[in-house]
Amino acid sequence: MVVGTTGAATIHVGKQHTISSITQAITRAKNGDTILVHGGLYQEGNILITKSLTLIGKNNPIIDAQKNHEPLSIEANHVTISGFTIKNSAHSSIKDIAAIKVYNGRHITITNNILDNNFFGIYLQNAKNCRIENNRLQTYGETERLVGNGIHAWKSDSITILNNEIAGHRDGIYLEFVTHTQVDRNRAQNNLRYGLHFMFSHDNQYHYNTFKANGAGVAVMYTHRMRMEHNIFEENWGDATYGLLLKDITDSYIQNNTFVKNTTGIFMEGSNRIQIQQNRFENNGWAIKIFTSCMHNTLSRNTFIQNTFDVATNGGKMTNTFKGNYWDQYEGYDLNKDGIGDVPHHPVSLFSMLVERYPAAMLLFRSFMVTLFDRSEKMIPSLTPENLKDENPLMKPDKRTVNR
Amino acid sequence: MNNKIIKYVISDLLRNRTILFYTLVLLTLSLSIFLMEDNTDKGIASMLNLVLFVVPLVCIVFSSIYLYNSAEFIALLVSQPLKRQSIWLSIFIGLATAMTLAFFIGVGIPTFIFAYSLSGITLVIGGLLLSLIFVSIATWTAVRIRDKSKGIGLAIILWLYFALIFDAMLLFLLFQFADYPIEKIMIAVSMLNPIDISRILILLEIDLSAMMGYTGAIFRDFFGTHMGMLITGLVMLLWTALPLWFATRYFKKKDL
Repeated sequence: MVVGTTGAATIHVGKQHTISSITQAITRAKNGDTILVHGGLYQEGNILITKSLTLIGKNNPIIDAQKNHEPLSIEANHVTISGFTIKNSAHSSIKDIAAIKVYNGRHITITNNILDNNFFGIYLQNAKNCRIENNRLQTYGETERLVGNGIHAWKSDSITILNNEIAGHRDGIYLEFVTHTQVDRNRAQNNLRYGLHFMFSHDNQYHYNTFKANGAGVAVMYTHRMRMEHNIFEENWGDATYGLLLKDITDSYIQNNTFVKNTTGIFMEGSNRIQIQQNRFENNGWAIKIFTSCMHNTLSRNTFIQNTFDVATNGGKMTNTFKGNYWDQYEGYDLNKDGIGDVPHHPVSLFSMLVERYPAAMLLFRSFMVTLFDRSEKMIPSLTPENLKDENPLMKPDKRTVNR
Repeated sequence: MNNKIIKYVISDLLRNRTILFYTLVLLTLSLSIFLMEDNTDKGIASMLNLVLFVVPLVCIVFSSIYLYNSAEFIALLVSQPLKRQSIWLSIFIGLATAMTLAFFIGVGIPTFIFAYSLSGITLVIGGLLLSLIFVSIATWTAVRIRDKSKGIGLAIILWLYFALIFDAMLLFLLFQFADYPIEKIMIAVSMLNPIDISRILILLEIDLSAMMGYTGAIFRDFFGTHMGMLITGLVMLLWTALPLWFATRYFKKKDL
């Protein structure tokens, strides 16, 4: 019986097989083995993986922690978890219990799982080179305190988060002290706080994601060198709710995104040197709220259509550049037919400044009185920031704005 | 109410050139707005000015002029064995039918064709109610003031008040009491102006995203609920009924 040292073995787990529990299979397995779990219900409390194993679920095996345990804990490198349904993890506000929790792991792959009614979904703690792909996460929290994040990574590096669907969690995806990470083609919907949340996480990028009807779409805080491209932010509605919230961000790119029907499309505070290009803003309450604490940002070739307010700000000084955007509220002309308006456009209206200071004034919006105010302010600007203007506004939307 | 008088007033008004012109102008404007704008919500926003300013103005001024010009006809009717109340109500119904019909053809039909949405329906209903209300206000001013030029002057001043001055006062109120939680009071005060009520209802449809913000949410909590809509509808009906009631009461005792 001195075998198994050369090749990796496959261990079958299921009712028809000699081994009927996953824990038992793990005890028997050696590094590099594959455990094939057949369909059925597995209620084994906490399953701890301490070896480099590949766990594959066949015919949808269900791991149920009965609200008392952490279903799956990984304390090893090179582990793959695929094809399971994991549900009913315990809830705890002291220990962050997750459906799948990775402790200090390298090269962990978590694919094609369904996570239902857990506290945290997938939790990476001090992990590296991990891949989280094609998972569906759903939970039913009622308040932010009673529910954890969908995919949570802390102090990790080089994580790939691809094609997941996350609903009902606190944050859809939460990354803190995470670097060189890619978040692509995910869909975060109806999460209580943010769809995607970055804290102190540098050099990351996210593309082609959809953030719909979350507390706020994406929050990026205290982070440098981000790339945010080709994402869709929609229907993030409510007070203090934003499509994209930027707080203390520098040297980043926001390109080719679509912002539709958000109360505020982009909210920027203390953010510098950001290139905001070729984005589409449609039917938002405020397309961009840019505070005077933001400096040297460039907004160009964006398209603004049917927003209640295109740009709002809180003061007079402005060191940000607006150039070559398309504004549907532009009323100038183009005599030489080069596609660029001949008179500058001032995207901040007097009334939007007024609403910033007296929110209740919103009641008077679109009244004749307010139209009159805005007209006279356009003739003789006195209260709106003089230098916040687009010197060469486009007459037609830039074709490169088209998303995807 | 007397069906013969209603029929006569309506047929008289439908042959009236001003009504025809009014219908055509509304139709041309709404068609050109909807054909130029590819975004329906933007079209509705442009239509808003038409509905909130042109419609009340035409309704109140035209109705006043019509009532003054029919003074002899009314005197003749009074000499007949007819109740004064039914004469006056019949004339109102005739006028109101003609004005709402003109509005429905001029704005309602194009809106339903090009922008059949909740915002479009709100716009049309708001416009119809505004037509009724301003005809009703005209009956009151016309019966109270004997002199034609003074009466029309008052009609124009009333329009100016509802369309412009009221909002200016509201804005002033807002600045003065900005430090207090005045949102609920603002809603109550805005009920005193039918143009504002219609405007806010349409605003809640076309600027929904902005209205979901902090103060917007307060307005939405009121106007978006069944109770709020019921109160709003009731207030709009009161705005139609009250001036008419005052006018009829005065007409019954008036020395012609």
